[in-house]
Amino acid sequence: MPINPQRFPRPVTSKTLLAAPVLGPALLLLVAAGTPAQAETPEEKGLAIAEEVDRRDLGFGDSASTLKMVLTNKQGQSSTRELRIQTLEIPERSEGDKSLVVFDHPRDIEGTAFLSFTKILDPDDQWLYLPALKRVKRISSANKSGPFVGSEFAYEDLLSQEVDKYSYRWLRDEPCGEAAQGLDCFVIERFPRYENSGYTRQVTWIDQQEYRPIRIDFYDRKDSLLKTLTLRQYNQYLDQYWRADDQYMVNHQTGKTTRLTFDAWEFRVGVNERDFNPNRLKRLR
Amino acid sequence: MADPRETKAEDGSLPGADPAMSAGPRGPGNGADRWIVPYAWLMIRFRWLVILLCLAAAAGFASGGQFLGFSTDYRVFFSKENPQLNAFEAMQQVYTKDDNILFVLQPKAGEVFTEKTLRAVQDLTERSWQLPYSRRVDSITNFQHSYAEGDDLTVEDLVPQRGDLTPERIAAIRAVALSEPLLLDRLISPDGRTTGVNVTLTLPGESEAEVPTAMAAAREIVAAFEAANPEITVATTGLVALNNAFSEASFVDLSTLIPIMYGIIIAGLLIFLRSVAGTVVTVLVIGLSAGTAMGLTGWLGINLTPPSSTAPTIILTLAVADSIHLLVTLLHAMRHGASKQEAIVESLRVNFNPVFLTSLTTAIGFLSLNFSDAPPFRDLGNITAIGVLAAFVYSVTFLPAFLAVVPLRVKQQKKADSDVMQTLAEFVLRRRQFLLYGMSALVIALAVWIPRIELNDQFVNYFDPSIPFRADTDFAMENLSGIYQIEFSLPAAAEGGISEPDYLAKVDAFSDWLREQPGVVHVQTITDIFRRLNKNMHADDPEWYRLPDERDLAAQYLLLFEMSLPYGLDLNNQINVDKSSLRFIATLENITTREARTLKQDSEAWITDNIPASATEATSPFVMFAYISERNIQSMLLGTGLALVLISFSLIVFLRSLKVGLLSIVPNVIPAVMAFGFWGLLVGEIGLASSVVAATSLGIIVDDSVHFLSKYLRARRERGASPEDAVRYAFATVGRALSVTSAVLVAGFAVLALSAFQLNQSLGLLTALAIFAALVADFLLLPPLLLAIDKEKKHADQPSALPQAGD
Repeated sequence: MPINPQRFPRPVTSKTLLAAPVLGPALLLLVAAGTPAQAETPEEKGLAIAEEVDRRDLGFGDSASTLKMVLTNKQGQSSTRELRIQTLEIPERSEGDKSLVVFDHPRDIEGTAFLSFTKILDPDDQWLYLPALKRVKRISSANKSGPFVGSEFAYEDLLSQEVDKYSYRWLRDEPCGEAAQGLDCFVIERFPRYENSGYTRQVTWIDQQEYRPIRIDFYDRKDSLLKTLTLRQYNQYLDQYWRADDQYMVNHQTGKTTRLTFDAWEFRVGVNERDFNPNRLKRLR
Repeated sequence: MADPRETKAEDGSLPGADPAMSAGPRGPGNGADRWIVPYAWLMIRFRWLVILLCLAAAAGFASGGQFLGFSTDYRVFFSKENPQLNAFEAMQQVYTKDDNILFVLQPKAGEVFTEKTLRAVQDLTERSWQLPYSRRVDSITNFQHSYAEGDDLTVEDLVPQRGDLTPERIAAIRAVALSEPLLLDRLISPDGRTTGVNVTLTLPGESEAEVPTAMAAAREIVAAFEAANPEITVATTGLVALNNAFSEASFVDLSTLIPIMYGIIIAGLLIFLRSVAGTVVTVLVIGLSAGTAMGLTGWLGINLTPPSSTAPTIILTLAVADSIHLLVTLLHAMRHGASKQEAIVESLRVNFNPVFLTSLTTAIGFLSLNFSDAPPFRDLGNITAIGVLAAFVYSVTFLPAFLAVVPLRVKQQKKADSDVMQTLAEFVLRRRQFLLYGMSALVIALAVWIPRIELNDQFVNYFDPSIPFRADTDFAMENLSGIYQIEFSLPAAAEGGISEPDYLAKVDAFSDWLREQPGVVHVQTITDIFRRLNKNMHADDPEWYRLPDERDLAAQYLLLFEMSLPYGLDLNNQINVDKSSLRFIATLENITTREARTLKQDSEAWITDNIPASATEATSPFVMFAYISERNIQSMLLGTGLALVLISFSLIVFLRSLKVGLLSIVPNVIPAVMAFGFWGLLVGEIGLASSVVAATSLGIIVDDSVHFLSKYLRARRERGASPEDAVRYAFATVGRALSVTSAVLVAGFAVLALSAFQLNQSLGLLTALAIFAALVADFLLLPPLLLAIDKEKKHADQPSALPQAGD
């Protein structure tokens, strides 16, 4: 549901936002060098960290993995879905990545495919292929905060994290905690800039060594803690790209959880934009 | 209790502390009297210490009052063993446990579908996201409307955030809203004049403050909305509002009934006792008793509910009786020339045992409420029992000690003040046959009306219209949709089985059948969503507004639907986790719980006949309340029976007469019969209160017969009076006190009729009726009965002159 952006005053001024892309690279150097800049505001520092996260993940090209999704309710009843995800990196900063999701299990939704072109501040482009109907449908929806196939992950949590989807503020540095013992983390707050977002803010823990997200707290529209995502079992691919194989989301308000288990990661398998064409959804197997 | 060492210096000049006087002017008493007299002198001697100790004890107990809280959950009315509660909680385990606040909006000008009103609804929808514990807000404006254009499927807010709402656009919105099964009769009325904004909340359930917090925030939102939109009427209802109303009703009762009760008691005492000091001491005794009981309630951590919040009012009423009996004897003795201290001793001597016994029987009656299936009544019983026992203790300690301190003056009086009672006694003796048959006929004539009483627990009607929840909910039911619901969970064959076309067709037939049933306003079913998606995926061709005919297609539609759900919504409120069962929610008109029971049984029978594999039990809070009275009556039958046995046994022991003790059952049982008969004749409908009245009134009304019979037997045994003279003696000695205490009790319970909670009103009125009936039975039926069974006895003792009172 769309919500009036004025209702949630964001601490980042438009001036900071304009300045950020200009100052960004310079600050980045300072942060990377570990020397805190004298005049750096928390907003600038937060943005710089986010940009460093983004920079370190640049250039992976494309990736593919399988994914097992276990949904569990408060009483411990659970159901499982299996799917495959392919991601195509779009290098331009103004555009989001493209993702393709194909369901393998349960049997009655096997072959159902979902293609999404992420946008930074606009509704995503989405197509769905239902094999039982044998038709590709383009879905037009402003809704990025709805649950992704009934899980505790929203689309915006799962697909394509882009720097400019948020404004930032560095909060503090502290040990990463249980999920990444022995590591120190930056704690930064980020504020969705998409007006239909379901969140007022997210607090993210990013490890200072590899700039990987370790934990994210999501705050709902009334700024109450809604969910916590914990990312574990990081593996490095192509000597550069870190991927967490275990992503666990807890909804504090409903007691429901979703565990994502990734497997069989492949990078640079050689797909291109033509493979991410809605018309090809029918031919996927 | 009193420590002599401490009082040595305190008071060495106690006048008249002569044990020789302790026997009083009437000579030696019976065995029990022997220790009471020295005890009474002890109270007088250590009066200051007794007063201090009583006040300190009361203050210690009463300080627990700071922990008193109000329960804010309708579930407190159901025990953990309640089968309907368990069925409902099992349903919530499988699906979701949601609470809600529903804002009902009605523009005074009429139509909801105007730009101004739609924008106002949109604004309220947005603001409602800020309600504490809210998880989701639904209204006609943010309804996720899906439509197809070729192979493009659009899902968007029914009322767009931006852009002009042209008349054409508004007409299109109206057409969609009024034909959408998810909205019609739920968030929009068929006439398009009333709409709703429904806020789904998930309360953590960690503190009783959650509901009032959410409700206070909701009221702030409403106040701001009303200020901005004076032309729109707003009503606030929903489960959270209901739960909040329970605590509000409790609070209103505590803050209105107790002052009224004090007022009535003070006025009554001044009139009856004609003694300021007597009135003051009585008010202190009842205040200490109620304070002790409520403080202990706080210490025990019992949260107050509307039934248990009447406990202080009831304690005040019951505690008065002890003081009145003591004071009537005391003042009588003084009017006949006894000194104050003699009168105090005499009063304790005569009344200690009856007051103890009546307190005991009253406590037993209230303690039997522990058999009730509804915990609020158990609390009421326990708190009141504590208060009654505290009242006994303060009446035999604080009251004599306090009276020994304060000046107490009465006019010397030679003339007996029981002329009326003498006349009544003579009338009863003269017309005993007529009264025996006449009273029996009256009881039977009233009893035949009892079966006419219908049990009804429409819980909205539990609240007096003075509670905002009641008026607002009535408004919602009249203008938008029902508040009562009934839910079904229909299991399918296996995991994912809800997508089987066969299953879908059958459950769809069930929802069609359900919609046809009288009283059903709306049925929420996922089959409507399948139909809509099937149509959407076929370019909105109305031909395709039907159920998908393949399992895979249905499963994929479900996936599509899950993907299109907005923030805060998931399918778990209608579909279980592994997609093997569906939940149906029928919204009902303002039907009675008898009609609800019929609907429940009919629905279950339909499912068993037509979808045997999905046989299920209907459930909901309304279903829980639909069975609450029956279940409590059943559980209280045992409790009331046990109370009757215990009380009768106490009487047999106390009166030392099996025959008279057993006889006492008659005047103790028929008042409840008469009261219920009267209710059946005049009112006809009753709820949960009915289950406990017999037990509570039994413990109270038995007091009358205790006093009457103890005096009757005293005359027969100690004075060897004939039955007739013993009846005269009983009337002369306790007739007036019984009238006074009964009047206070009737007034006290009648005060509950002013309660904001209907259960308390019924409880109060029925108990008042029973107490009045008991007085009538004890005066008009008990003596003829006594004369009937006691007449053959011969008495060797010579008849002696009977004292007027005070023995």
